[in-house]
Amino acid sequence: MIKQKGMLYDITLCVGCGNCYNACKEQNKLPETNKDFLKDHLSDKTYTVVEQYGEHYSRKNCMHCQDPACVSVCPVGAFTKTALGPVLYNADKCIGCRYCMQACPHKVPRYEWSNLNPRVRKCILCHDRLKQGLPTACSEACPTGATMFGDLDDLREEAKKRLRENPNTYYQRIYGMEEAGGSNVLVVSPVPFEQLGFVSNLPKQPLPKLTAQAMEKIPGVVGVGAVFLTGMYWLTKRKNEVAREENSKRTGSVNNEK
Amino acid sequence: MKSNFLKFTFWKVVGVIIIVAGLFSMYIRFTKGLGASTNLSDAFPWGIWIGFDMLCGVGLAAGGFTLCAVTHIFNIEKFKPLTRSAILTAFLGYILAICGLMFDLGRPWAIWHAIIMWNTHSVMFEVAWCVMLYSTVLFLEFFPVVLERFKLVKLQKILKSVAIPIMMLGILLSTLHQSSLGSLYLIMPEKMHPLWYSPFLPINFYLSAISAGFAMVIFESYLSARAFNHGLKLNLLSTCGLISLIFILVNFALKIAYLTVTGKLQYLMIPSSTTYLFYLEILLGTIVPGFFLSSKKFRDNKKYLYFSSLFVIAGFLLNRMNVSVTSLAAMSTASYFPSVYEISVTLMLCTVGMWAFKLITANFPVFEEEREEEIPESALEPNSKPLTISE
Repeated sequence: MIKQKGMLYDITLCVGCGNCYNACKEQNKLPETNKDFLKDHLSDKTYTVVEQYGEHYSRKNCMHCQDPACVSVCPVGAFTKTALGPVLYNADKCIGCRYCMQACPHKVPRYEWSNLNPRVRKCILCHDRLKQGLPTACSEACPTGATMFGDLDDLREEAKKRLRENPNTYYQRIYGMEEAGGSNVLVVSPVPFEQLGFVSNLPKQPLPKLTAQAMEKIPGVVGVGAVFLTGMYWLTKRKNEVAREENSKRTGSVNNEK
Repeated sequence: MKSNFLKFTFWKVVGVIIIVAGLFSMYIRFTKGLGASTNLSDAFPWGIWIGFDMLCGVGLAAGGFTLCAVTHIFNIEKFKPLTRSAILTAFLGYILAICGLMFDLGRPWAIWHAIIMWNTHSVMFEVAWCVMLYSTVLFLEFFPVVLERFKLVKLQKILKSVAIPIMMLGILLSTLHQSSLGSLYLIMPEKMHPLWYSPFLPINFYLSAISAGFAMVIFESYLSARAFNHGLKLNLLSTCGLISLIFILVNFALKIAYLTVTGKLQYLMIPSSTTYLFYLEILLGTIVPGFFLSSKKFRDNKKYLYFSSLFVIAGFLLNRMNVSVTSLAAMSTASYFPSVYEISVTLMLCTVGMWAFKLITANFPVFEEEREEEIPESALEPNSKPLTISE
C-alpha cells in the first residue's frame, strides 16, 4: 500500500537560514522576488516563506489537507489529492473562477494576476521528487532538521513524542492534526499558533462536509419539489375548471328562469 | 416613420458615456489582465463581478420563476399580465450575469470545461449547470412572445404543449441555484463575520431572492407603465408587494432566530462599520419596506409601492454585498474596494440590460397577456408595424 508522505515543522529547531526558501525557488525554477527572504510573502512566484515572529521563525506553504477544500470546490476538478499526499493543480482544466482561493482555510493558493492566461500557484509537495522516492527539496535543504520529511503516520507519532517528552518546550498542540480535518503538513511550536500567523479558528471537521450537508439535500428537494409542483398544478387547474363549470351552470339556470 | 433614435436626451447621453467607458474597461481587462484592471488580490479573490453581477443579477431575476409558479403552476391566472415582463427581466438578468462572469473568470474561454469536466462535490459546478439549463429554459419561456410577434402559430403550438413541464423544470432549477449561491459561502465559516455566516445561508438566499424578485416586478412595471403610458395593474402589484414582504419577514425571523439561538446577538452591540452595515441592511431591506408594505393604504398607492420596491431591492443588494465583501473583509487584514474598471463594467452591464429591456418591450407584446384563444387565419398576414429602435 502507498504510504502518504508529509512534512513536520519544528519551530523550536528553525534558525531562519532560508535554505528551504531558496531550495523551493530552485526546484520550481521561480525568479527572485525579494532580496531579503524574511520580508517575502507567498505569491505566484513564491511557494514557501520563512516568517519571523520575534525570536521564532515559522514556515508557510500549502498544508496539503487530508480533505482539501480546494479539491472539493473546484467546479471542473482541476485540483486532486494524490495517493502520496500532495494536492495538485491542473492548469489545463482550470477556468479561473478562484473558488479554491476563496475556500482555502489556510489562505494558500496564489494567482497570476498579471498573466493574461493566469494559473493558480502553490506548493505541490515536490510531487515529482516524491514519485522518485526523494524527499521534498525544502526538507533536504534544511540544515537543522526543523523541516522533516517522512511517512505521515511516522511524522504524527514523532510530533506526539516530542510534545510528550518535552512538555515544557512545546505548546501542547500539533497544528495540522485536526485543523479542518487534518493535513499532511504538521507544525509543532513553543508558542500558541496564532502568534505565528497560523489560522487558529479552524473547525476540526473537514470543511467540504459543510457543503456536502447542503448538497446532499438536493435530490430530496428536486423529488419533493417535482411532486409538489405537479400536485399543485393539477389541483389548481381542476379548481379553476370546477369554478368555471359552476359559473356557466349558474348563468345557464338564470337564463332558463327568464 | 419619423425616428427619434438620434434625438438626444439626458439619460441617453449618460448611457452612451457609461457604455463607452465600459468598453474601454473591457479593453483594459482583456489586454492587461485581472491584476491591472481590478482591485482583486490573493487575499480578496472575489469582488463585485461575483458579488454584484452574479449574486445580485441572478437574485433579482427571481421574479421569472416565482411568477411562472404563481400563474402557471398555482394557476392564479389574474397575474398573467405580469409574467412575461418578469420572464424577460430574468432572461436579461441571467445573460448579463453570465457576461459579468466572462470578465471575472481568469480563463473565460475555458468556461465550457464545466460541461465535460465534472466535480459533483462542487457547489459551483451545480450552480454552473443550473444557470446553463435555466437560461435555456428562460429562452424557451420567452420565445413564445417572439413567435407571437411574428405570428408563427405552428411553433407557438409546439412550445405551448411543453410549456408546463418546462416551467416546472425552471422552478426546480431556480430553487436549486438561487439557494446554492448561498451554499457557495458555507465552506468558509472562519473567514466570514458571524453576523452573516450561517448554515441557513442557502435558505436566506432563496427567500431573499424571492422577495427581491417580486420587488423587481413592481419596479419594472412602474417604470414601463410610465415609459409606455400603459395602465398599471396596481391591485396585482400591491399583492406582489405583500408577498415580497411575507418572504422578507420570514427571512428576517430566520436570521434573528439563528443569531439568538447561537448566542451571536452580542455582535450587534460591537460598534464598528461592519455592524452598522448589518443594521443598514436590515433598515433598508426589512424595516422600511416592512413599514410601508404592511399597510394596505401605502401598498395601494403606486408611488409608495414603487419606493417600497426600491428599498427591498436596495436591502437585497446590500445583503449580497455584505455577504460577499463586508463579511469577508471584517475577518481579514486585507481590504477591497472595486476599481473604476470593475465599477464601469458593472454599470455598462446594467445599462445594456435596461436598454435591452426597453427595446424588447417596445417591439414585442411583453405587457400583454398570452393569447388563450386560437389565432384567426386572417391575422396571419405579415405584420406591418415597423420595429421601434427608441422610445
